[in-house]
Amino acid sequence: MQDALFRHGTRLAAVAVGSVVLAILVALTVGAWPAIERFGVGFLGSASWNPVTEEFGALVPIYGTLVTSAIALLIAVPVSFGVALFITELAPGWLKRPVGTAIELLAAIPSIIYGMWGLFVFAPLFGEHVQPWLTERLAGLPGVGVLFDGPPMGIGVLTAGIILAVMVIPFIASVMRDVFEVVPAQLKESAYGLGATTWEVVWKVVLPYTRVGVIGGIMLGLGRALGETMAVTFVIGNAHELSASLFMPGNTISSILANEFTEAVGEIYLASLIYLGLILFGITFVVLAAAKLLLIRLGAREGRRA
Amino acid sequence: MDEAREQIEAGARAEAAPAVAEVPNPKIVVRNLSFHYGRFQALHDISLSIPERQVTAFIGPSGCGKSTLLRCFNRIYELYPDQRASGEILLDGENILDRRQDLNLLRARVGMVFQKPTPFPMSIYDNIAFGVRLYERLSRAQMSERVEWALRKAALWDEVKDKLRQSGQQLSGGQQQRLCIARAIAVRPEVLLLDEPASALDPISTLRIEELIHELKSDYTIVIVTHNMQQAARVSDYTAFLYMGRLVEYSDTSTIFTNPRRRETEDYITGRYG
Repeated sequence: MQDALFRHGTRLAAVAVGSVVLAILVALTVGAWPAIERFGVGFLGSASWNPVTEEFGALVPIYGTLVTSAIALLIAVPVSFGVALFITELAPGWLKRPVGTAIELLAAIPSIIYGMWGLFVFAPLFGEHVQPWLTERLAGLPGVGVLFDGPPMGIGVLTAGIILAVMVIPFIASVMRDVFEVVPAQLKESAYGLGATTWEVVWKVVLPYTRVGVIGGIMLGLGRALGETMAVTFVIGNAHELSASLFMPGNTISSILANEFTEAVGEIYLASLIYLGLILFGITFVVLAAAKLLLIRLGAREGRRA
Repeated sequence: MDEAREQIEAGARAEAAPAVAEVPNPKIVVRNLSFHYGRFQALHDISLSIPERQVTAFIGPSGCGKSTLLRCFNRIYELYPDQRASGEILLDGENILDRRQDLNLLRARVGMVFQKPTPFPMSIYDNIAFGVRLYERLSRAQMSERVEWALRKAALWDEVKDKLRQSGQQLSGGQQQRLCIARAIAVRPEVLLLDEPASALDPISTLRIEELIHELKSDYTIVIVTHNMQQAARVSDYTAFLYMGRLVEYSDTSTIFTNPRRRETEDYITGRYG
């Protein structure tokens, strides 16, 4: 009797989560329907955003979302790796706890604080000192040069990416630290015992051993970066333009939603915003699925049954 | 109460001068070695010589310092900041406790196998190649040859030759341990340290490991820590008995087991304490 109650109770919880996801999907689709009907799949590839003529397209916010998240991961993953490595392998005992706590405190700061700090403190400094320096040195390079060519305004896509990096570091770093800590001491000793250096042990033994957890941590960070709204809205500039330069202002899906929902008049405008939400939902789904696929393929390459 | 007193008396006796035999062709010479874990002194003034291309066993009750002594020979204890050794350990006449000793090169010369099998999370082939790649740049063919050689030496080749690309973690416990031995051999060390290599294995696997030790001794100087006295008697040529961080007796194995000079040794091997 008790068992049956427990079984049904847990099943109810599991079913409830599934149905909420489904309900959101349905609600988004219904809400976006007028826009889907009018623009179709072409919505994804169109860069126009004109409330007056009611011409809308998702290319700019999709680009902004993906690029800011990519910048964030590009910075946050190596830094988090270094932090986790330092805490678990290299730091003397008395230093481990303070560093670990500091990282966790970073995670506890509300995102609006990051946004304000980014806008009032980081962006001016960045625009005045770092951006001119970057332009001077990198703008001339073929290929990547165009990314760093632009007015040093402080705010923009690159700034948003950097702020996002700071915000996701604590998540990725603390997951990495936790999984590094469960690596058996004897496994590490075996590698050291063969004469491997710390770097070789970490890179060839610890990292493969913990890769499921590490990739999980990175995905957690990526999920947060994709959906982060407030901090990005503060520093990205909110401009509906597609620009090759990372210094130019841009938009992300979540920042556009936060900015324009209140002023969206007309059925098509509102439906287009909801359509954007649906796309964000799709992006996160694809990212998670890709991560799972990656893990399966890595497992297959190593020879373990995935 | 009596037992406690006996322990104290035994400890006091252990402090008396140890009975240490000389050995032919010493490969490793230990002189006045002491070892500390933080403030706790785990080894007291150990001196003995390990003969070349023979099997030397360290026996003694739990916590007597036998594993600690073994872990000094490749300085693996250096991974932990509060552990330190003092005294001298001469490997071919060179003091490996010297600050200037290159640890990676030392560990290439002195390989180690642990109590629990520790295959790396990679294929069988890469497990063997891992250590070799740290020191040598081999062509694909040479590496395959080396991997086969090491696996044959460890008596594992016939069981895994068709699945070298599979994960090492899929093998059975006994196979994993032989994989770890093959991995240690593959870098062609001179000394092989075995820290209770069979204590986590079933009797059949244990037997195979013991046979393997017997075969390997023609090429390597082997030092084995074991909890199992019968195992020490079966596989070793020399045996050291340690008690409470001190060396009590060291001699050829038949003397230790049939005609020990110290009473503590006799008590231990006849099962009176430990």
